[in-house]
Amino acid sequence: MDNLAQFLTVQLPTLIAVVIGVPAVLAGYIVLGELLIRRLPDSARPSVRPWLWVGPALFFVAVFLVYPAFGTAYRSLFNRPGDAFVALANYVTVLTDQTVWIAIRNNVLWLIFYTILALLFGLLLAVLSDRVRYETPVKSLIFMPMAISFTALAVIWRFMYSYQPPGAPQTGTLNAIVTGIFHADPVTWLQDERINNFALIGAAVWGISGFAMVILSASLKGIPGELLEAARVDGAGEVTIFRRILLPLLMPTITVVGTTLVIFALKAFDIVYVMTNGNYHTDVLANRMYKELYNAGNFANSSALAVILLIAVIPVLIFNLRQFRAVEARR
Amino acid sequence: MRTLGELTLGRRQRGGRVLGLAAAVLLAVIACAPGQSSTSGTSGNGKIGGTVHVLATWSGSEQDSFTAVLKPFEDRTGITVQYESSRDLDADMLTRISAGNPPEVTGAPSTGTLNKLASQGKVVALDNIVDVNTIKSQYADTWYKLGKGSNGKLYQVFSWAAMKGLVWYDPKNFQAKGYQVPKTWSDFTTLLAKVKSDGTTPLCLTMESGAASGWPGSDWVKEIVLSQSGQKVYDDWWAGKQKWTSPEIKQAWQTFGQVIGASGANVYGGPKFALATNFGDVGTPMFANPPKCYMLNQGSFITDFFVKANPALQPATDFTFFTLPAVNTANTGSTVMAGDAFSMLKDTPQARALIQYLVTPEAQSIWVKRGGKISPNKSVQISDYPDPISKQVAQSLAAAKVADFDAGDLMPSDMRNAYWTAVLDFVQDQSKLDSILANLDKVQASAYTSG
Repeated sequence: MDNLAQFLTVQLPTLIAVVIGVPAVLAGYIVLGELLIRRLPDSARPSVRPWLWVGPALFFVAVFLVYPAFGTAYRSLFNRPGDAFVALANYVTVLTDQTVWIAIRNNVLWLIFYTILALLFGLLLAVLSDRVRYETPVKSLIFMPMAISFTALAVIWRFMYSYQPPGAPQTGTLNAIVTGIFHADPVTWLQDERINNFALIGAAVWGISGFAMVILSASLKGIPGELLEAARVDGAGEVTIFRRILLPLLMPTITVVGTTLVIFALKAFDIVYVMTNGNYHTDVLANRMYKELYNAGNFANSSALAVILLIAVIPVLIFNLRQFRAVEARR
Repeated sequence: MRTLGELTLGRRQRGGRVLGLAAAVLLAVIACAPGQSSTSGTSGNGKIGGTVHVLATWSGSEQDSFTAVLKPFEDRTGITVQYESSRDLDADMLTRISAGNPPEVTGAPSTGTLNKLASQGKVVALDNIVDVNTIKSQYADTWYKLGKGSNGKLYQVFSWAAMKGLVWYDPKNFQAKGYQVPKTWSDFTTLLAKVKSDGTTPLCLTMESGAASGWPGSDWVKEIVLSQSGQKVYDDWWAGKQKWTSPEIKQAWQTFGQVIGASGANVYGGPKFALATNFGDVGTPMFANPPKCYMLNQGSFITDFFVKANPALQPATDFTFFTLPAVNTANTGSTVMAGDAFSMLKDTPQARALIQYLVTPEAQSIWVKRGGKISPNKSVQISDYPDPISKQVAQSLAAAKVADFDAGDLMPSDMRNAYWTAVLDFVQDQSKLDSILANLDKVQASAYTSG
């Protein structure tokens, strides 16, 4: 109650302070910094100025990302109450737990199928929509799931996957199709261990394909039309053009999108948490970490899992950065 | 600005306002009593003002009821209650405590977690805040003891409760088929077999509940443990002193397995439907025409869900209950109950005032009259319950020889979550029981040791 009063007296002033205050502070920082730099000798300016500009970003990354990351790594070497150094014992505990390995297996499944399917759909949609007049509406529609939070997406797909016993009217879209069109028994999409991981990945792919499509499509627009014209004149078919010209030219972008998707796959959490909570062998590392931290209050195991996840992401991250730089350099 | 808030609330809950007024008058009387409000820094006009944050699990219609309970308090004290509900309450609570920003008051079903927090000094003892003697005289001993920490101080006060182990059925369905309400466990199993041989599945069971999936099945197991092996085993079990692989606990799981039948054949839709369907929809097949199942075992709060899904249903004529017969007749009259307890995580005058208010029978009867809850407070009159069924539940709880608190809620949260998951695994494949229990033993070994 008193929501309006709360809004007018607390939230609105805060909002105004943020909207006006933050830019004002930043502008003040830059103006002051530039004034100081002008006082420096000419030769020193180029080496100081970049630090002024990246300073705030570095500060926030250091405080909110780097420091907690090292803190977590440090914490993972201590026992559960945090009063005794145990070296790598937490890692041993975690990595000898069979259920953690199920989570790792599922992360691998996510990594492979989520990445490949999202890329495949994204590429297909980008290339195909490039050739039709109604490109914009099509792309907008496919991009739309990106505007939904993963949690909302998971709730929607829970309805899609809902199950009623054979013979009863099916309320889930997918089971209505399975029973109504294929006359097969309904499927427990989220409980059946043979398919539930793919059901989760499928929902996630639906959400992310638009992202892959938009970036690949932008890259596609950068390929000069004359190149394709020339190929057609030389007698190349559309499939050949795709394989020999478009695909190689798109490769750097595909790699960047792909590695980004790999990181998403390793971070997978929301969909699993909402749809199955990791039951029926669908757990992933991030959800497992959440459970260790919040259900068990086990900082030792959860920080060990966080570090494992971090270590798994680092090579992909480095590769992604290199690739990103290579694409930039080619521009 | 305040009137705006009141206007919108008043329109929604006009009924609550009248009751609220009555409660406010009563409270004003209590507030004037000497020694009651001396600690709360009351100003001249009796209004404290300020804000208090409450974190609890109630959402939807339960949240409406809680808002109605708070209304007279807010009017009287001028304190604004900022209410927040969470289905992952332990996680939210632990995060906010470790961030140094706990809500002042929580209404949590997870007594075990709060005991653990109390032993770490994260919960404020209520001994000097509420009148312990009044609590002692108004509450049954079980409830009072549950709220005490290992150091003997009072940390939790229960406001509302639910009785578990109630088997709901539609009396018209029973009459049509000539089924009799079972008096003993063997009557019950005979009835299961009879319904089965008549060509219908006897039981409704649904267990999906987001991050808490599996708890409705876990209720079956704990009720069986209590009525099969008695209170001593039950208490040792939730306290982590009785292994999951011990013969008593294993036997309870096997009995649960017999109830749901081999491969879940006694349950409507089999294990697949049971796992995939939300616990709140459990009544839908029972009220279908013709009924697809005849009985369901659930806490007293489930009537709220029956009526929400099908507003035409009338208590007593369309649904009623019998208490699940004891497996072992020596334990007849023992029952499992659950409840939400209020605790204080941060000591402020506003939080004190709120806790002092919430433990009064006046505050508790507001929700009782709105339905869905039973008060453990003996001063709440049976006549306050709105319908014959809730009156009957309240009487059953009062008549119970042994009322033991929900074992799952008394376990540390990682133990409890593993228990829920184990139930899902067991319903899916009963042959895995030994490995499921062995895994629970492993969790038990670490869950109770440290924080």
